[in-house]
Amino acid sequence: MEATASHSRVEPVRPRGLAPLWVCVAVAFLLVSLVLGVVSGPVDIGIGPILRSLAEHLHLPGVTSSLSPTEDAILWQLRVPRVILGALVGAMLALSGATYQGVFRNPLADPYLLGVAAGAGLGATLAIAYLPAGLRGQQVLPLAAFLGGIAAVVAAYAVGRSAGRERDAATLILAGVTVASFFTAVQTFVQQQNSDTLQQVYSWILGGLPTTGWSDVWLILPYVVVSAAVMLMHRRVLDVMSVGDEEAASLGMNVRRTRLLLVVAATIGTAAAVAVSGLIAFVGIIVPHAIRLMTGASYRALLPLAAVGGAGFLVLADVVARTALAPAELPIGIVTAFFGAPFFALVLRTSRAGSR
Amino acid sequence: MSEIKLARVSVSLGGRRVVQDVDVAIEAGEWVALIGPNGAGKTTVLRAIAGLLPFEGSISLHGRETSSMQRRELSRLVALVPQEPSTPSWLTVGEYVLLGRTPHLGALAREGRRDRLAASRALERLDLLAYADRLLGTLSGGEKQRAVVARALAQEASIVILDEPTAALDIGHQQQALELLEDLRGKSELTLVAAMHDLTLAAQYVDRMVMIRDGRIVADGSPAHVLTEERIAEHYDATIRVVDVGGGVAVVPARPRRP
Repeated sequence: MEATASHSRVEPVRPRGLAPLWVCVAVAFLLVSLVLGVVSGPVDIGIGPILRSLAEHLHLPGVTSSLSPTEDAILWQLRVPRVILGALVGAMLALSGATYQGVFRNPLADPYLLGVAAGAGLGATLAIAYLPAGLRGQQVLPLAAFLGGIAAVVAAYAVGRSAGRERDAATLILAGVTVASFFTAVQTFVQQQNSDTLQQVYSWILGGLPTTGWSDVWLILPYVVVSAAVMLMHRRVLDVMSVGDEEAASLGMNVRRTRLLLVVAATIGTAAAVAVSGLIAFVGIIVPHAIRLMTGASYRALLPLAAVGGAGFLVLADVVARTALAPAELPIGIVTAFFGAPFFALVLRTSRAGSR
Repeated sequence: MSEIKLARVSVSLGGRRVVQDVDVAIEAGEWVALIGPNGAGKTTVLRAIAGLLPFEGSISLHGRETSSMQRRELSRLVALVPQEPSTPSWLTVGEYVLLGRTPHLGALAREGRRDRLAASRALERLDLLAYADRLLGTLSGGEKQRAVVARALAQEASIVILDEPTAALDIGHQQQALELLEDLRGKSELTLVAAMHDLTLAAQYVDRMVMIRDGRIVADGSPAHVLTEERIAEHYDATIRVVDVGGGVAVVPARPRRP
């Protein structure tokens, strides 16, 4: 127990950062997914012509694309934007999920914890049920879902706050569950009242990436970039929060303000993602956990890995959704759960076995 | 100027007054034990000093009111060793001790070489350097306890508040922990304020005992002065003997005789 006093020779503590191996694995996974995403589809376009076309679009000298105008349009106006949109949505859901797990110190937290999904569902249902078909188009439905999602989380915070002084993480979670149930009740009511739009609402809720060109990408990009930047910058702060509210406060953190900031960032990002993709289940909870179990990372490494891994996972899930029953499309939420759950069970099993 | 000064400090929790008009001044380098029966308000006093709950009255450190300090500023002066610290199993011991640097870092908690060195010096003080890369989840109870103290040292606060530092330890580790604290107090010039239950053990280490009952101070002085049979009988509702054990006092339970 006696401490020795030879300060000069001490090596500084090295917190584990991003392990190069796992960064390579995550980036390789994302690249493979992106490539699969752009080559998959009813029209066969090989990887070589795609690269030549990319070079031409980048104005590299001396390269000309071999694609016909139709193929060029399929590639650059349909597939690439859809793949990019999938990557943005997947990154956002996984990053928000990891952040929620951190600020609530709850391994079961997912990005929908405080009611974003229920709120977005209500917003989308109202838009589908009551707006004339012409207005439901590309801009209004996402906006309604986005605002609904934000409204639900604001309501959850308001309910949690009204619980008085003890507004700790647990109170907020309960408030979120309460608000989510209420919004879902209203949503179901509206849905039942308007059974002619049932099919459309249901398919929105199951989630899916739209093939609408670049407009959805530009629509959510600002929200995604800002939210992701805020969360990633606070990745070390999440490690501090992992010792609990009181101890984090004793370490000099303003816990409530930090939690609010991170919830706002995760909520805006998630609401933006949900607005264009519907309610894609499972990504926000499974991707961070799978990465945690595989790498043992703390939040400072988990967050960037979750963003990259989530992007790859969703792009891959979308490839399956597009091709499994081609030409029909499976709802992507079904794919994420169908493949995500067994994969997660496997990771859980091997990592538990390894830690014994 | 006192290191810590509480003047008419009162705390209400859930509408109930749990600390009432506490006045106490603690000098730099002192080791003070807060004693008293369960529910007396010991932990509440400690949390008030650490700025973790609202209070009435005034608490000042080095003559400055804590209520006028930023959270981070206060954490540079006071480190807390909680009774049941959370030790996330996925952090390494080094990463965990580095968390103690948080009050010295910016809002994004990005640490520099100085902070990493401070953390390894704290690890060295507690003989934990070899554990720096081990996960917290693989440590024993006693080792975790040392990691928590190392985190408090890395905080480089002159005041360390400990809530039942020996509660989870066996008698050997209790002794080692208190020896260690005594050692650190001297080497790092710390002021220690600890809530303690084991009166005999506490009496062997601390300079001063402050006994609290129902949120009020009922005795304040050296262990020999505070630990009398009448006082313990009255405030702890216990039948005990206080015996002199060569330079200290020991509190020995004596089973009450049944009629």
